[in-house]
Amino acid sequence: MIELDNVAYNYGGAELFSGLNLQLAAGSFHFLTGPSGAGKTTLLKLCYGELVATSGQVRLFGQDARALSRDDVAHMRRRIGVVHQDCQFLDHLTVSENIALPLSVSGHATTSSDLTDLLGWVGLSQQAQQLPPQLSGGERQRAALARAVIMSPEVILADEPTGNVDWEMSQRLLALLVELNKMGKTVLIATHDISLIRAAKAQVSARVLRLKDRRLQLAGADI
Amino acid sequence: MKILNRLLELLAGDPQADRAVPPTGFTARLTLLSSGAMAFLAVFALALSLATGRLADRWSAELAKTSTLRISAPQDQMEAQTRAGLTVLQSTPGIAQARPLTDDEQRELLAPWFGPDLPVETLPVPQLIEIIEDSDGYDSTGLRARLQAEVPGAVLDDHTRWREPLVEAASRLRLLGFVSMLLIAGATAAMITLAANAALAANSQVIRVMRLVGAQDIYIARAFVRRFTLRALIGAAAGTFIGTLAVMLLPSADAAGGFLTGLGFQGWHWLWPLVIPILAAVVAFVATRQAALRTLKEQS
Repeated sequence: MIELDNVAYNYGGAELFSGLNLQLAAGSFHFLTGPSGAGKTTLLKLCYGELVATSGQVRLFGQDARALSRDDVAHMRRRIGVVHQDCQFLDHLTVSENIALPLSVSGHATTSSDLTDLLGWVGLSQQAQQLPPQLSGGERQRAALARAVIMSPEVILADEPTGNVDWEMSQRLLALLVELNKMGKTVLIATHDISLIRAAKAQVSARVLRLKDRRLQLAGADI
Repeated sequence: MKILNRLLELLAGDPQADRAVPPTGFTARLTLLSSGAMAFLAVFALALSLATGRLADRWSAELAKTSTLRISAPQDQMEAQTRAGLTVLQSTPGIAQARPLTDDEQRELLAPWFGPDLPVETLPVPQLIEIIEDSDGYDSTGLRARLQAEVPGAVLDDHTRWREPLVEAASRLRLLGFVSMLLIAGATAAMITLAANAALAANSQVIRVMRLVGAQDIYIARAFVRRFTLRALIGAAAGTFIGTLAVMLLPSADAAGGFLTGLGFQGWHWLWPLVIPILAAVVAFVATRQAALRTLKEQS
């Protein structure tokens, strides 16, 4: 699905990471952890084509990301659902309009029953007509997850999806992501929340990768 | 044709794309106002251009078909010289009609300078013969040569001397009208481009989010292009309506009016202003599309 081969990324002249190798196979579940500033968000951005690697090769669905045109990247993003840490909503659109946005921009018709089902799945049926600023942190993250999956993408990337929510809500979000993985979706979650990783490992076979000292390595058994 | 199809498709619109890009207040007002003002000016430029075109054609046609033979001779020889002149003219191919002006007609011609009661018959005023050409026209060089030999006091004035500068002036005015319209179109495009760039900058976060969820540049651009095209169309329609009304209220053209009272539209030319809003929409479409695609490329 997504492969990073000997990838390096420099930011502002300084090397953020290098020699990085990663393979996200179909149906796999990965956690990406590491200290703040290690480059977890940057790594995710490389995975959905928002950034281009300084060196090495990023392959998205078998294609070299560097060779993709802007239109190709747009098409690729319809196959990759992303839950951003800050959600990235359009505040003048309602929650249901925000969730349906990927369908709108790709020219697909939005069926109200599908949208209703999705809102019910993430528990936001009552908030459908509200504006994003009216939602709580947990509701925003669930709305972001709903938007990430509405195109039925093959890969779901989540950047600190539980960063601003309480334990109960983080478990609820995790359950949704695990459910998606059981439906065959490839999931990569960037988080520094060790308790979330432990809770996930009890439910699903997940690999934990640690980004530390500019290198990506498999985490030890302590997690 | 391709642009027109795109334009029609664009006007049909995509309500979801329109919802996604929020309207930016000042750019909307700027586009409406500037396209309205430019359309108002364009109506006058068009009216000027068409009026001067008519004038140039009329002067050219009227003066080209007439000329004058002036007989200067002592009073006792005037009649004989006039008869000789008429004989030459009547036997010249290309001349349909030649007739001497009457005293009244000559008095009328001199009235602006000497008043209406000029005793023309007692003054040594040359006799004028009006010549009207047929469709083929005559050979003025050949006629001059014959007149020089047969009617020594005759001077042929085929109006070329003063017709050409007049026609040239009118043609230049017509050209100026067209140039003005081009400048108006260019200024409209520049203002709409500025407004579109401002709207794109104000909506950079919206653009980022739309890209993150898989929007192609053309989809994002279309949302901006449609909005600016419609605004330009509405603004220009209003400006054209007011401009046309103002032209209608100008004093009507009549025989004594001269050029300024003829500054307006005549006959089917009243339909020409309808083209202005359409052109404004096309200009806005092209300008916004270029601006949007360029900005989106720069932002990527």
